[in-house]
Amino acid sequence: MATKQEISVTVNGVSYQREVEVRMTLADFLRHELGLGGTHVGCEHGICGACNILIDGKAMRSCLQLAVQVDGAQITTVEGLRNLETGELHPVQQAFIEEHGLQCGFCTPGFMMSTLELLGENPNPSDEEIKHAIGGNLCRCTGYENILRSIRLAATRV
Amino acid sequence: MKPAPFEYYAPESVEEVVSLLEKLEDDDVEAKVLAGGQSFMPMLSMRVARPEALVDLSKLSELDYIREEGDVIAIGAMASKSDAEDSALIQAKQPLLHAATKYIGHRQVRNRGTVGGSFAHADPAAEYGAVATTLDIQMKIVGPDGERVVSADDFYVTFLTTDIDSTEILTEVRVPVLPAGTGWAFQEMSRRNGDLAMAGVAVTLRLDAGKCSDVRISVFGVNATPVRCTDAEQLVNGQAPGDDVFSKAGESAAQFIDEPIADVHGSADYRRQLVNVLVARCLAEAVTRV
Repeated sequence: MATKQEISVTVNGVSYQREVEVRMTLADFLRHELGLGGTHVGCEHGICGACNILIDGKAMRSCLQLAVQVDGAQITTVEGLRNLETGELHPVQQAFIEEHGLQCGFCTPGFMMSTLELLGENPNPSDEEIKHAIGGNLCRCTGYENILRSIRLAATRV
Repeated sequence: MKPAPFEYYAPESVEEVVSLLEKLEDDDVEAKVLAGGQSFMPMLSMRVARPEALVDLSKLSELDYIREEGDVIAIGAMASKSDAEDSALIQAKQPLLHAATKYIGHRQVRNRGTVGGSFAHADPAAEYGAVATTLDIQMKIVGPDGERVVSADDFYVTFLTTDIDSTEILTEVRVPVLPAGTGWAFQEMSRRNGDLAMAGVAVTLRLDAGKCSDVRISVFGVNATPVRCTDAEQLVNGQAPGDDVFSKAGESAAQFIDEPIADVHGSADYRRQLVNVLVARCLAEAVTRV
């Protein structure tokens, strides 16, 4: 069996067909093959959450699956949040700016993807529920208080 | 490229998986089965695991179900952990399994990780191990000779090793519904939220005329496989619930553990102490739920 395989995948509304090496992780595929560098790779073994993306609406680690496994899937990365017609930021992005929910910004795309799934299922989360949803995201600037504020603000607008 | 090279297969039925595994075995190709990959992908990326062939089960939608069959909740091996977490059936009829599921990793990992993968991977720190031996979960395994069912006690062999043969796969876990009037508790201790537990405990018990009965206590994270603490169970059976008897049970369980795992997260003595405390706490909590 070949070590390369063709996949078709929709990322942020755009369809792509690519031949990928079967051992390439989805995170590397997004960054290196599609040039979507907003999905960050931190630990690359599922601990830090920087590479979280939405696959068919669910937040998942893109470092913990292979590109070949998402054949046919709908993917959203941080690049897909902004309104592409008006250029306007997504309410979650806007809330992170207003409440200073980022410092260096490395972890931010992952936090926002966890937030999107949370608010999609639970538009009015308690602090406890927010903490559970982002428990799998690490921020090394330790700006967790402002991240909590950002998500609370985003919840009022999404 | 992080993982070492491998041949990749994504069969679409259980039958296809089994005949593929047989063929790979005949050809002397070292194959590994991939379910959700939330434990195995890191091992591939770190090259701790370097299989020659990877057999991906993610197209087996036939194994993605959670359904009630009489007194049993049948969970297809490829049902995700978040589906198990959100299942109204499991919340209502098997709250111990539900509570344990919420401790596994984080939501983003449970979204991709499968119930069957956790059982089959058999990490000593896997929450489902102690749930399996406490509830006597039955594992349905399919291979070239057809289907067989293995109970939790016989399923776990050692670190990351189960009774599943190299040409077989786990297709379903059969979890008994919690009988009415049964108290339960699940607790674990980890350094950080969502981390692998250093020790954890699953308990069920009943009360018969004010005395504890049918006590089942399992611990995980301390030995290669989950451990049922039968001595501690016997200490509590027939006794009226109380801190005194629960503390004695905790001490008994802690002594019952032969050579606890020692690593950077916790020493053997520390894990023994965790078992002591968590068993007593779980027994007390379980009584409140009878």
